[in-house]
Amino acid sequence: MEHRTTFWTLSLPPFVWLGLFFIVPLILMFALSFRADMQGELLSAWAPTFKQYQTIGAIGSYWRLLGISIAMAFGVAVLAIAMAYPVAYFLVFRAGRAAGLCLVLLLIPFWTSFLLRVMSWKFLLGSDGAINSLLLYLHMIAEPLSGLLYSRSAVIITLIYVWIPFAALPISAALQRIEPELLEVAADLGATPWRRFWAVTLPLSLPGVLAAFFMVFIPTVGEYVTPLLVGGSRGSMYGNIIQDFFTKAANWPRGAALSMVMLVVTLLLIALAARLVNVRRLLG
Amino acid sequence: MTQRLSVSASPRLPFLTGYYAGLIALLYLPLAVLFLFSFNAGTSLSFPLQGLTLQWYERLFASPEVLRAARNSFIVAAGSSCGATALGTAVALVLMRFRFRGEQLLFALAMLPLVVPIIVLAVALLVLFLAAGIDRSLWTVAIGHTVVALPFVVLIVSARLAGFDPNLEEAAMDLGAPYGRVILRIVLPLIAPSVISAWLVAFTVSLDEFALALFLAGTEPTFPVYLFSQLRFASRLPVMIALAVLMMVGTLLLVLIAEWIRRRGQAATVR
Repeated sequence: MEHRTTFWTLSLPPFVWLGLFFIVPLILMFALSFRADMQGELLSAWAPTFKQYQTIGAIGSYWRLLGISIAMAFGVAVLAIAMAYPVAYFLVFRAGRAAGLCLVLLLIPFWTSFLLRVMSWKFLLGSDGAINSLLLYLHMIAEPLSGLLYSRSAVIITLIYVWIPFAALPISAALQRIEPELLEVAADLGATPWRRFWAVTLPLSLPGVLAAFFMVFIPTVGEYVTPLLVGGSRGSMYGNIIQDFFTKAANWPRGAALSMVMLVVTLLLIALAARLVNVRRLLG
Repeated sequence: MTQRLSVSASPRLPFLTGYYAGLIALLYLPLAVLFLFSFNAGTSLSFPLQGLTLQWYERLFASPEVLRAARNSFIVAAGSSCGATALGTAVALVLMRFRFRGEQLLFALAMLPLVVPIIVLAVALLVLFLAAGIDRSLWTVAIGHTVVALPFVVLIVSARLAGFDPNLEEAAMDLGAPYGRVILRIVLPLIAPSVISAWLVAFTVSLDEFALALFLAGTEPTFPVYLFSQLRFASRLPVMIALAVLMMVGTLLLVLIAEWIRRRGQAATVR
C-alpha cells in the first residue's frame, strides 16, 4: 500500500507535465495541420481537410530543402566525427596523465553559449569581418572575399565547429571501454599497429561513433538558428520555412503540416538507423 | 596505466598530439577574436584594432535593458531547472526502483524531447499557449525549458541510481521504514551530488537556450533573445560582444562547478 502511494506521487507529476506540455502540443499541431486556413478562432471547429498536405506535396522546393537539410545534417555529422575521432583517440591512448586537462580544454568551447559560437563565425566570415579585414590589412587580398558568409558552406562550417567537442565525447567513452588485453593479444599474434587499429580498435569504437552520429545529426536536421545567422537566404534549411510560416508568413496550418512532415521523417530516419545498428550487432 | 600506454600502440602517430593542439587552437580562435574585440576602441569588428578600451563594459553595466534581460534569463533558468530536476529525479527513481507495465512508455516519453526537432517543439508549444489563451511570458519560456532539460536530468540521475547498492534501501525497509521515507532519508542524500549536477546542467541548458525562447518569449526577452534582437544595430555590437564575453565566463564557471561537484560525488563513492 505504502509502495503504491510512493509510486504514484513520483510518477504522476512527470506524466501529467509531459502530457500537457509535450504530447498535447504535438496533438494540437497535428490537428491544426488539417485546417484549410487561419480564418476565425484557433480553437473554433473546422472541417478537416488534406489541403495543406496536398499543397506541400505539390511544391517540390519544400521536399528539395528537406532533402538538402537531411544531407547537410548527415555531412555535418560525418565530418564532425571524422575530425573528432583522432582527438578522442589522442585523449584515451596518448594524453596519459594530461587526459583530464586535455578533455576540459576541448570542452570549454562547447560549454560556452551556442548562440555566441555561431555569432562569432558571423563576425569572422563577414565581408568587413575579422578574416577579411585581417587579410586586407596584411595585403594578402585586394578585395574582401564576399562568398564567405551567407552560404550553405558557412552553415556547414559553423555547425561542424559547434559539434566537434560534442562528437568526441561518446567516441572517447567507447575507446575507453576497450580492454587493453585485446590489443596485447593482437600484438602477440603479430598484428602491425595499423592492423590492430583496423581490426580491433575501430570496430570496438563503432557504438561510440554511432552515438556521436545521432547526437549531432538529430539537432542539426531541425536547425534554424545557425542558417538565420550565417546562412542568409542562400543557406536556409527546412527549419527556416517552418519558422517563416509561424512568423512572417503567418500561415500556421501550412507550418503545422510542414512540422508534421519533419517530425515523421526525423523519427522514421532514427527508427531506421536504430534498426540497422541492431542488425549489425546481430551479425557481428 | 603504463602497460596500457605501451601496448595500446595501434599506429603510433606522432602527429596526433599536433592534431589535437591544432584543433584546440581552431576551436578557441573565434572565441579569442570575440574576446579581443570586446576591448577594441573602434566600433566595427575589423582589423587593425583601434586601441584598447573598457568603455563597452562600462556601457554594458549602465544599460538597464541588458541587465533586465540577464535577470530574466536567470529567473527562467532557476525556475525551469528546479522543475526539470524535481520531475526528472522522480522519473529516474520510478524507472530504476519500480517494476511496472508502463515502464517502457515512461522511458520513451521522457527521452522523446531529445529526438523531436527543436523547431517543431517550439511551434507546437506556441500553438498550445495560443489555443489555451495563455500570453507568452517568462513562464512560457520556463515551461518549454523544463521539457527540454528533463531528459538530461533523467539520464544523469539514473546513471547514479544504477551505480549504488539497493541493499541499503532493502535493509532500511526490513527495519520497517516506509518506502517514501526511505527515498527521502536514504536514497536522496546518497544521490544528492548527481541531483545537484543534473540541476546545474538543466540550469545551463536553459540559460543558453535560444531556439525555443525566440518563439515563446513575450515582451520580456531572455538574454539570448535580447542579444539576437540587438544584432541588427551595428553601433550596439561592441557592447553586445562585451556582454557575450561576460556571459561566456559566467556559463563556464557554472559548468566547471557542476563538473567539480560530479567528480567529488564519484570520488566519494569510490572510497
